[in-house]
Amino acid sequence: MRKRPRHQQKQEGRQTRISGGGFIDRLKAYRDLHAHALFSSLGRLISSRFASVMTIVVLAIGISLASGFYILVKNLQQLAGNLESSNQISLFLKDDVSDINAKKFSENLKKNPDVQEVKFISKEQALKEFETYSGFGSAVKALEKNPLPIVVQVIPKNSFDDEAVTQNLFEHFKLVPEVDLAQMDMQWVKRLQSIVEVARRGVQLLSGLLGIGVLFITANTIRLELHNRREEVVIAKLVGATNGFIQRPFLYSGFWLGFFSGVAAWFIVTFTALVLKQPIEKLSGLYDGSFHVVFLDFFETFAMLSISALLGMVGSWIVVHFQLRQLKPE
Amino acid sequence: MLQFDKVSMRYPEVGDVLKNISFQLHPGEMSFLTGHSGAGKSSLFKLIAVMERCTRGEIVFAGQNLNKISDRQIPYIRRSMGLIFQDYKLLQDRTVFDNVALPLVIAGYRHGEISRRVRAALDKVGLLGKEKKYPMTLSGGEQQRVGIARAVVNKPPMILADEPTGNLDPELSKEIMHLFEQFQQVGVTVLIASHDISLISKMNYRVLTLDHGQLVAS
Repeated sequence: MRKRPRHQQKQEGRQTRISGGGFIDRLKAYRDLHAHALFSSLGRLISSRFASVMTIVVLAIGISLASGFYILVKNLQQLAGNLESSNQISLFLKDDVSDINAKKFSENLKKNPDVQEVKFISKEQALKEFETYSGFGSAVKALEKNPLPIVVQVIPKNSFDDEAVTQNLFEHFKLVPEVDLAQMDMQWVKRLQSIVEVARRGVQLLSGLLGIGVLFITANTIRLELHNRREEVVIAKLVGATNGFIQRPFLYSGFWLGFFSGVAAWFIVTFTALVLKQPIEKLSGLYDGSFHVVFLDFFETFAMLSISALLGMVGSWIVVHFQLRQLKPE
Repeated sequence: MLQFDKVSMRYPEVGDVLKNISFQLHPGEMSFLTGHSGAGKSSLFKLIAVMERCTRGEIVFAGQNLNKISDRQIPYIRRSMGLIFQDYKLLQDRTVFDNVALPLVIAGYRHGEISRRVRAALDKVGLLGKEKKYPMTLSGGEQQRVGIARAVVNKPPMILADEPTGNLDPELSKEIMHLFEQFQQVGVTVLIASHDISLISKMNYRVLTLDHGQLVAS
């Protein structure tokens, strides 16, 4: 604040003395003002229950969409992360390769210095697994001939440190005459990871948009409140209220709106996650997976509530700051 | 206390509403501002309360040039003048106590001090005991006295009243004027805008008369 002329400072000094204390007293008075604004704005939200609930529901849906997508991506990332360990090459052998030749082929593979482990899956084993896990057991039984090929799964050595080893092996296997199709599982993992990355970016953009939505909905609600309390604002200005004093309760209103919307959004998201958790984990079980639905942890919940409350305050500030400047007492 | 020096004010749509006004109010002086409606009383009032700025000239209040203060400083200027309005401008959803306490809350006084001062101000205007009432339940005269209590609770060096008795009958008006005299007697500068000539002429104070934006008598 700019320095005020001496006589006015003197006058303020006089006021302070009259109010019976120095700096500490003024600080306490300031704290009282904030506490009063905090609780009176809460009181007003409660007294206009219907309007508040409507606003909060709209805000909560916006916030829960953003955090819901966030959880979705978080789960996808977990899924992709789990798959990272399956860094193997699957070799689907040609149909005319006999079991004995196939076994010999896989024994030979073990001698390759770049190969760590070889797993042989016969046609019968493959069929059994398929029957057990696919859920198409009875359909398979109806077939005259086993349509599944012999599969040899190869885990390369040092594959995590050196992708080139895996790549070389892969290129080599493609040319082996017994092999019908060589497939690198890593490729699928990479594709999935790329998809997750795209989803993650998309969700970030979407969350940004939803955040802006929350900001403007709060701003509009506060604008209406400011309009309804115009008379009060004018009177406060006429008896010497600073803009800071006038905007304080509105900022707290924005804070409460955002905070309660955050809490409501948490309940929406938690409820949705609980409803989906069981079927998803059952589905994962059917695919022999051990996928567990992850949810917002403590820090993320805290962040969600903070961001909601902050958006509410910022939305409120934008409106009050610009409208108060225009609002002249006459 | 208050000095106008060749002050003019122009609204782009209307033209000059105040022309070349010069006068001076000394500390502890009580005066009336009168004139037909549209003569510029309200505009002059708004200039003093810095609700408007003048187009030409200088207004000095308590040693400060009102043309030169920033928007940020306006609230602090208003705290040293008690404003009283024809329509009282009370908060209808707050009690008498809360209405009178508003300037003190704004100025950052602590609760105990606020309570003491509000009671003193209400006592002065004869409304002690009505703290918990709402303005709606009071008569016009009582509401105006709440407005006056609010204006003086902060002990400002100057009181500005814009048609304070405009909505009141002659008997109540006399009582309100008597209150203003009491404040003047303890050293407060008082300026009352009013067109109630009969009431003004009965009281022996300085009268500033405006006619079509010009000061014709002082």
